[in-house]
Amino acid sequence: MTQPLLIVDGLSVEYQTRAGRTRAVNDVSFSLGKSETLGIVGESGSGKSTLGLSLIGLVPFPGKIVEGKVFLDGEEVLKLKKNELRNLRGTRVCYIFQDPMTSLNPVKKIGDHFVEVIRTHQPTVTKVEALERASKLLKDVGIQAERISDYPHQLSGGMRQRVMIALAIALNPSVVVADEPTTALDVIVQAKILDLLNSLRDSYGMALILITHDLSIVLERSDRIMVMYAGQVAEYAPSRVLYEQPQHPYTIGLLQSIPNIELTDQKLEAITGQPPDLLNLPGGCRFWPRCKFAFDRCHKEDPPLYKSGKDRVVRCFLFDEGGAKP
Amino acid sequence: MSAESAEILRVEHLQKYFPVEKSFLEKMLTRNRHFVKAVDDVSFIVRRGEIFTLAGESGCGKTTTGKLVLKLVSPTGGKIFFDGADITSLKGKQLRELRRKMQMIFQDPYASFNPRMKIGDAVGQPLEVHGLAKGAEKRKKVLEILERVGLCPGQKFVDLFPHQMSGGQRQRAAIARSLILQPEFIVADEPVSMIDVSLRTAIIDLMLDLRKDFGLTYLFITHDLAIAKYISDRIAVMYLGKIVELGDKDAIFSNPVHPYTKALLAAIPVPNPERKRKTTELIGDVPSAINIPSGCRFHTRCRYAEKSCSEKEPALVEVEPNHFAACILTEKPDTAE
Repeated sequence: MTQPLLIVDGLSVEYQTRAGRTRAVNDVSFSLGKSETLGIVGESGSGKSTLGLSLIGLVPFPGKIVEGKVFLDGEEVLKLKKNELRNLRGTRVCYIFQDPMTSLNPVKKIGDHFVEVIRTHQPTVTKVEALERASKLLKDVGIQAERISDYPHQLSGGMRQRVMIALAIALNPSVVVADEPTTALDVIVQAKILDLLNSLRDSYGMALILITHDLSIVLERSDRIMVMYAGQVAEYAPSRVLYEQPQHPYTIGLLQSIPNIELTDQKLEAITGQPPDLLNLPGGCRFWPRCKFAFDRCHKEDPPLYKSGKDRVVRCFLFDEGGAKP
Repeated sequence: MSAESAEILRVEHLQKYFPVEKSFLEKMLTRNRHFVKAVDDVSFIVRRGEIFTLAGESGCGKTTTGKLVLKLVSPTGGKIFFDGADITSLKGKQLRELRRKMQMIFQDPYASFNPRMKIGDAVGQPLEVHGLAKGAEKRKKVLEILERVGLCPGQKFVDLFPHQMSGGQRQRAAIARSLILQPEFIVADEPVSMIDVSLRTAIIDLMLDLRKDFGLTYLFITHDLAIAKYISDRIAVMYLGKIVELGDKDAIFSNPVHPYTKALLAAIPVPNPERKRKTTELIGDVPSAINIPSGCRFHTRCRYAEKSCSEKEPALVEVEPNHFAACILTEKPDTAE
């Protein structure tokens, strides 16, 4: 890998609520190169969306980035001024939200969305030129150019998500963050949208961050996978090794609990218990109350990330000093 | 499941058309009415003790079929038999009697509980509605069923409000509520799709356990074929209000016949980075249920479509024992792939 495009170093985000302060994202680091896909997988409340938003300084109030650095092409993103940051969003890092229904303006035509995005960042472009670019972009994502004068409600869910993707790539960003881009969609549409993201990634050389709760999707579509649990990185590894030799008990549990359509007579095993309340975390490792392998030390100390092989880290005491594999 | 097992539910040529509301002006100007054909001539049999799955994408009519079976909406046409008796036009007291035997688990455990009602009261309410138990006896039954579905100790959960529980616990409570009348037949409409991945398997395993203990039959409704494969005995794949393929689980997954089933199976993500992915070959989006294409309703998106597909609607025919498909290709096996 050459010089990575995006480097995230020790990022932590906190939410200050009336009930107390919670760390939704705790000390997350990773790097991402051109044309690479990183899959971030976790349950609701694991901090995966907050992590995605914090990369472009968009953490919603009352959240605050309390520690860490984000470098994009060597430039420190979180030190940028407000207007510089605004400039960076859209042109260099783009965010695709989960719900295409609520992220398009219902009283604006599809074309006007493009005009707005393009002209905000490039004021010298005329409206006509922007619309021309819009119809080309729509064609790229597989929508007929006539649809440019439709309103969002006239499009199906899958088409709306395609419009969101076209808007995201309108200014040729180098990093695209897709936050549950297919959760609201049917399987066939989901497969098509993911195919589209893959092919755009290859043809534009973008780096893609795919945030989802569905481990099957990231196993199939990404180069590397970060498994998040209760705000922390539980395991971070290349997809293939993660699949063949999962190390963290949570990853192992997840892999055993998802049905695989290619297997017959699969026996699924459930992970017991519930994800913890971030305001009321168990002492020690955040996963121990649900862990089959937990021992004394897990209740007392918070495990750090151990380097457990080439290119991979895991947050589990079983890997302290190359400890035995579960 | 042997073929001789007694049937518990039979549905014949079931139809449900919802009228499309028009504006006042349109009503004055035109006379023809439009309908959303949510369920259009669906027939199937559910055998006692099995898990029969209706699978398909949103808008294919699977949920409406589930509601029709429970008489939560009344059909436009067709007949429903439960335990051999025609229940299509049951009303009032007889219908209420019947509902003791058939219950439903809804998709959204947040929306299916009254937020101002304690879990114990909500779970026990069916007992009062049917006049089966009150007071201390009701409480005892509620505690028993809560503990059976894994909400232990029941004492701790009866006085909670729905918002004080997690999604998984709420769905367990919903299962408890559907079981308290000791029904024979349960319609489960996407019971795990709103639940976190790590908790799904536990809910599904609970449903499988309960089937054994209570001798239940499930009509399972899902869009997720991976879950359908794990849980079901037989599967019916629906497309735009019609069943396009129906058969034993193994037949559907190892030998899918209908092009739509094939596309659906190919689109499912497989948790395996080694797998070479085939790209989807379906053209376009699902057509509107108001303007259903002529002939085979799938022909607008089908790679194998020929001229006759748009003219004649294919019937559901048996392609091998107990495996049915509605596709013109199956009538000429040499061209089918």
